Amino acid sequence: MRLVLEPRAERSVAAAIASPLIAVGLTLLVMSVLFALLGKNPLNALAVYFLHPLTDSYSLQETAVKATPLVMIAIGLSLCYLANVWNIGAEGQFVIGAIAGSYIAVKTQGTDAGAWVLPAMLLLGAVAGALYALLPAIGKVRFGASEILTSLMLVYVADLLLDYLVRGPWRDPHGYNFPTTAEFDPVATVPTLIEGSRLHIGALIALLVVAIAWTVLGRTIKGFEIRVVGAAPKAARFAGFNSDHLVLLTFAVSGALAGLAGIIEVAGPVGHLQPGFSPGYGFTAIIVAFLGRLNPIGILIAGLFLALTFIGGEQAQISLKVPLDLTKVFQGILLFFVLACDSLILYRIRILTSRRAADGVA
Amino acid sequence: MLDQMQTPAAQPLLQAIGITKLYGTFVANDHIDLDLHPAQIHALLGENGAGKSTFVKIAYGLIQPNAGELRWLGRKTVLAGPAQARALGIGMVFQHFSLFENLTVAENIALGLPPDESFAKVSAGIAEISRRYGLPLEPRRDVWRLSVGERQRIEIVRALMQSPRLLILDEPTSVLTPQEADQLFVVLESLKAEGRAILYISHKLDEVKRLCDTATILRGGKKVATCDPRRETAASLARMMVGTEIGEVKSGAAGQGAAVRLVVRDLSLVPDDPHGIRLDRIRLDVRGGEILGIAGVAGNGQDELFAALSGERLADSDGDIVIDGHAAGRLSITKRRRLGAAFVPEERLGHATAPRMTLSDNALLTGHAVGMTHDGFIDRTAALNVVDRATKTFDIRKAKRDPEAVSLSGGNLQKFVVGREILREPGVLVVSQPTWGVDAGAAAVIRQALIDLAARGAAVLVISQDLDELLEITDRIAVVFTGRLSPAIDSKAADREHLGLLMGGSTAQAQELGHAVGA
Repeated sequence: MRLVLEPRAERSVAAAIASPLIAVGLTLLVMSVLFALLGKNPLNALAVYFLHPLTDSYSLQETAVKATPLVMIAIGLSLCYLANVWNIGAEGQFVIGAIAGSYIAVKTQGTDAGAWVLPAMLLLGAVAGALYALLPAIGKVRFGASEILTSLMLVYVADLLLDYLVRGPWRDPHGYNFPTTAEFDPVATVPTLIEGSRLHIGALIALLVVAIAWTVLGRTIKGFEIRVVGAAPKAARFAGFNSDHLVLLTFAVSGALAGLAGIIEVAGPVGHLQPGFSPGYGFTAIIVAFLGRLNPIGILIAGLFLALTFIGGEQAQISLKVPLDLTKVFQGILLFFVLACDSLILYRIRILTSRRAADGVA
Repeated sequence: MLDQMQTPAAQPLLQAIGITKLYGTFVANDHIDLDLHPAQIHALLGENGAGKSTFVKIAYGLIQPNAGELRWLGRKTVLAGPAQARALGIGMVFQHFSLFENLTVAENIALGLPPDESFAKVSAGIAEISRRYGLPLEPRRDVWRLSVGERQRIEIVRALMQSPRLLILDEPTSVLTPQEADQLFVVLESLKAEGRAILYISHKLDEVKRLCDTATILRGGKKVATCDPRRETAASLARMMVGTEIGEVKSGAAGQGAAVRLVVRDLSLVPDDPHGIRLDRIRLDVRGGEILGIAGVAGNGQDELFAALSGERLADSDGDIVIDGHAAGRLSITKRRRLGAAFVPEERLGHATAPRMTLSDNALLTGHAVGMTHDGFIDRTAALNVVDRATKTFDIRKAKRDPEAVSLSGGNLQKFVVGREILREPGVLVVSQPTWGVDAGAAAVIRQALIDLAARGAAVLVISQDLDELLEITDRIAVVFTGRLSPAIDSKAADREHLGLLMGGSTAQAQELGHAVGA
């Protein structure tokens, strides 16, 4: 008996929908084995991870709060990945956006600055994220530098800059020497949607981003351009599309979205700038983008699902006494299976018994 | 060495019995029987897609048949891979060469031999074989400096280094000038005289009639007949190959006196790619109503010329290229399309189309320049409309209304990429290799469409390696050689030998011949 991967004549729509579901199924299977090895009841553990957060309204809102940055960043990344350029540094653009937006919050702290503060923060966050993402893009277009390496390395530059600022010039003078800025003023805070909840209008912005991305990718010539440049570069040149411009554009847009998500996170649920305010959203968003099949609607669903793993991971840490890093293990395994299952879209698996292989059609 | 090769004439060297190969549900080879005898040149004839390449890959151990068996000297043999085929004494020269451009001739040949052969021995072997068969090769030259004919010689010498008893050649003349092909035939005759068997894959009937002792004809994966090609006419062979008579292409009237719609003036261009060809003061004019052909052996600047004409590569100055009176040398491909120009590149999948995108998306690929969008939004209906019209006009066979480009057969996809441009009624059409690897039926449809387009007043420029095609459809022919273009000559007065000399770069000789013919 042999397993054979056979090319399909056409991309299978059924497999394109089934592939992420199969990947999630296989991941859950591996996680069950891991739980069993840790001496936990796998079914119980999976319920704590994925079902309990869905049963109370606080956890549901928290899921939406965590999905907001994931979806926004992943939408931007999907544009890059569709165009076949690899922005791995969204985490850095996320942090830089947060820093740049916070600059206004810190400088207007305690003044009677008006309602312009928050819009200015969001704008500055997006612009800074875009500019930061343009560094690896220009490096690629101008010098042929690998954007994978440069964008990733710039993550650590951003992290260290953040560390310097909150331990130095921006440290809250009344903060007992903790490395953090003061709590932002109300005019520098993203308003919540429901009184007393952490759910904020950033969630609406994320939905808007999904809708715009869906329209641009599916309906406009720009979206078509992105898809052609990624899928067939020589055909794109023949179509008159300039791939260099597109590298710059997709990096700038994804950087802007990551930067916007960063400042929304800091000015919203967190409320001040501090190191480690991101649990790795910029990296997890890569998984979200692929799990969502680089499709805006898929990314929305995948973003909610991965947000669930953050919440479930926290609850499992409390009630099951398993390490929080198990969430990262889960996300890593998931990405692995998502990429593996993608081959099902272009190939079908056939099991050949040795008899059939020898007989052929006869 | 050759004494051992003596086998009774009745005993075939290699016998294929009921060879069947499936790709999914597609039957590439359907119970093919074939006997190859020593001291015979056996032709394997068939159109593109008839299953010739599949069969030779099986005979060379590259792929395994689903059913059937191979017998070597009467004994059942399973070829696990090319190494085993070579060990038995089967050599192969592929249509597409596998050579390292930056290595020398000797290095390339040594790479294909067992690693324990000393380099000195290899060099001596090359010298010996080049001398014996008249295949001149300089072992120390870098491959990238060599012509296609010389590169093929490397492949042949490489195969002969192991003294094969059966040599398989896959469409060896498709890249050669007529003169180079003649030289190759002399070599093959001498190999045959030594008692070696040769399996010669081709779709060129004249060649087969001239060279081969036996011909097996494949059609749609099945063996149609085995015959003596010298006793058949070209027409009877073609009937067996194609199954039906092919419609003659009707020529249109050349547009005398019509306006010149495409002008190229002293276009010189240094290639981006270090192994590319430098274009050297190319001059040409194409009038409305006229088809100008550019002949030449592959790799003499055709790709570079196409890129410069289409605007994928910009010329150095605006006036180098003039489209319908507008200086276009520095215009992008989109702007040239807006001037009424259309382009069909050689490579169907990956260049003319995005393989994994639908036909309507691929209609948009070139159509977005001239409509199909409103304020940046895509007009899906217009794109689908082009697919439907092309399907109807050019009889494109496909499984559904809007499939992915990659799912179409070569001929049908080519009809689509040509049809997509012709439906726009371009004023200037530049097309490269319009019928490369396309079945005879589709080729006739495409050639007729080009002639009809010119008859409606368009200027058509056809770049092709197929001299027969150019002689059939063009009004004038120019030859490109190492980036230079000869003056165009009238196709009706053109003489194959004269063109062949130009294709081989013998301008002086060609001129003499031209004078002799003219005198």
